[in-house]
Amino acid sequence: MDFNFTEEQLALKDTLRRFVRKEYSFEHRRQAMASRHGFDRDAWNTFAELGLLGLPLQESLGGLGGTAVDSMVVMEILGEALSLEPFLSSSLLCGSVLNAVPVTATLQELAAQMMTGRHIMALAHYEPGSRYDLAQVSTTATATAGDWVISGSKSVVLGAPNADTVIVSARTPGGVSLFLVDSRAPGLAMRPYATQDGLRAADLILERVTVPRQSLLAPEGDGLKLVEQALDTATAALCAEAVGIMDRLNQTTVEYLKTRKQFGTMIGKFQALQHRMAEMVVATEQARSMAIMAAIKVSSTERAERAAAISAAKAYVGNQARFVGQQAVQLHGGIGVTDELDVAHYFKRLTMIGHTFGDYDHHIARFAEAL
Amino acid sequence: MDINFTAEEEDFRSQIRAFIDANLPPSIARKVLDGRRLGSQDYVTWQRILAAHGWGAPAWPQQFGGTGWNAVQQYIFEEECADAGAPKQLPFGLKMVGPVIMAFGNQTQQDRFLPHIIDAGDWWCQGYSEPGSGSDLASLKTKAVRHGDHYVVNGQKTWTTLGQHADWIFCLVRTSTEVRAQEGISFLLIDMKTPGITVRPIIMVDGEPEVNEVWFDDVRVPVENLVGEENKGWTYAKFLLGHERTGIAGVGRSKRELKTLKAMAARQLVRGRPLMDDIRFRDRVAHVEMELMALEITNLRVISADRQRGRPGPEASILKIKGSEIQQQLAELKMQTLGHYALPRIEEGLEADWQGDPLMPDYPLQAPAATGTYYSNRKVSIYGGTNEIQKNIISQMILGL
Repeated sequence: MDFNFTEEQLALKDTLRRFVRKEYSFEHRRQAMASRHGFDRDAWNTFAELGLLGLPLQESLGGLGGTAVDSMVVMEILGEALSLEPFLSSSLLCGSVLNAVPVTATLQELAAQMMTGRHIMALAHYEPGSRYDLAQVSTTATATAGDWVISGSKSVVLGAPNADTVIVSARTPGGVSLFLVDSRAPGLAMRPYATQDGLRAADLILERVTVPRQSLLAPEGDGLKLVEQALDTATAALCAEAVGIMDRLNQTTVEYLKTRKQFGTMIGKFQALQHRMAEMVVATEQARSMAIMAAIKVSSTERAERAAAISAAKAYVGNQARFVGQQAVQLHGGIGVTDELDVAHYFKRLTMIGHTFGDYDHHIARFAEAL
Repeated sequence: MDINFTAEEEDFRSQIRAFIDANLPPSIARKVLDGRRLGSQDYVTWQRILAAHGWGAPAWPQQFGGTGWNAVQQYIFEEECADAGAPKQLPFGLKMVGPVIMAFGNQTQQDRFLPHIIDAGDWWCQGYSEPGSGSDLASLKTKAVRHGDHYVVNGQKTWTTLGQHADWIFCLVRTSTEVRAQEGISFLLIDMKTPGITVRPIIMVDGEPEVNEVWFDDVRVPVENLVGEENKGWTYAKFLLGHERTGIAGVGRSKRELKTLKAMAARQLVRGRPLMDDIRFRDRVAHVEMELMALEITNLRVISADRQRGRPGPEASILKIKGSEIQQQLAELKMQTLGHYALPRIEEGLEADWQGDPLMPDYPLQAPAATGTYYSNRKVSIYGGTNEIQKNIISQMILGL
């Protein structure tokens, strides 16, 4: 039993935290959000220099082969900073897919480009009618002479507007398969938008998008298994991000309780608010425990064990995050619901994390199935 | 004991419904029902339609141009309006400053102001809260100093809802610092066109400029715009806060939202079946519906008790707490129906004429407003006295703790 981070993890945490505190202020983030790409290219390049972008990629691809605990360390800090950069959607999610497929020279080249930050990827799996059900894939890929022809719709593809390559899942005779698709491929129409927490995403319509034979990633029919595993990895990371945000909200709210005065006294003297704040801390610590559990169990080779652990963590953390987010706003009063303060933005991100890769009901159902 | 409306009350409901069916512009109702942005003109249009029919002031006595309806009739009227998707009648004139002018204003003020609250000739806003005084309203600092036949007002108000459209603002101002905080406050009516007033929008969590900061820099206000007596403003403010309680629970609007929620959940699919048939989701809807059933009857009990007692009681705090929680839960469930479609922020989808996006054919027409409304609705447990303050009121006024 050892709940300590390694020296390397502590150093990474410290370096990254110093960087975001210095270079990624709330105002800086606001500007990045309003920019064309919706994130900060310079920060992204720094992530590359710090080795973050190679961390989730395995060594056979030229990556650093980091663990899920390493990712947890990174995501907590990115949560604190409300980072807009596509670390989750590109490096972690697509990185997890690439880690699990047979290594080729093409993939090694792609991975090298990802690590420098020059190449961004997105995973297009969910579809308009699928909700959070991974098995509902209507997009099809048909083999022709030397190509695959892909048609269908994909919804809420995180990071897609900035992606160079999109991993698209599609039904083939052998099951669900994954394809590498150039984001500028003819026939691929993209409807880009900002998300409710300031990230970028898009809906895609593919109309006879033609990709070469070798764009098929992994053996035909392995797609569902790969996507589920990648989403579980990303979900564990999301839990860590949520914990990072909850920590920040708790700090900010305690600070506010100590400074805001009403009825001639600081509002932190009111027992009702003290107890609420105490409950927020309890919720955060419980969530942290689940995020740790998720980071450890996501590497389990037993699919059922992994799925149960990740879903338990996502449902549980989601519920605690909902409580902490709502109460941080409530304890701030009116200014908690303004755009001006970071509190509202942390609250928005926590809310959207709750709806990303499956909501509470989806994950409690998946966990309950394993009981 | 009978929880049903009487035959006369049901007949009254039919009349109201028939009128709304015939007169509420469908384009405005559509905006309300789909959560699209309402323009100031939408509120004015509906208020004028009601005024033309003599229903502009449902809660006012007939001598001031009101309907003279009793509390149950007002309740039925609000419920029918909400169900049909009528814009909310703005409370600032009708429920806030109007009753104060009726009770404490002089004849000149009553003649000047009351008719234009009813016909929407004047748009009113509220100048109560200040940056440093939220729940502790009596600590307000905006100062009014008398110079001859004018008060000179300096200070800042905040959370002024829809103040960007306002012609007039009613303000609590400090006219004396010699006495206890509550005793040095006066109630002033201020023309928003007076030099020295600056209105600055506050962008809210959903990106909308719903509220404002209002700055007063040597603003000269004629003394005839003082309501009642100098330094008695706190009494009037308290009267105002306790006055209108039939609508505080928002039962009518929540019943409408529940209907919309069920319709949305029936159209969204989970593994090929309607979300509304999903047992987990269905239970969530059932929970909030039970809360709403209870609140509806509690609301009618409070109305009935107020009527017997002849004055409002502290039970209004129960309505505020439960009413706000239910509104928040309904907004959360609407967002949840959307699944991953809770994430996109489709800006143009908030406009009335948005008909959907050809590249997002399955994205529901009610979706663009859902997440923003959930965010924004966090305010309902904060404004008008936070739910924590409401619990203090219950502890002190009902329980004597």
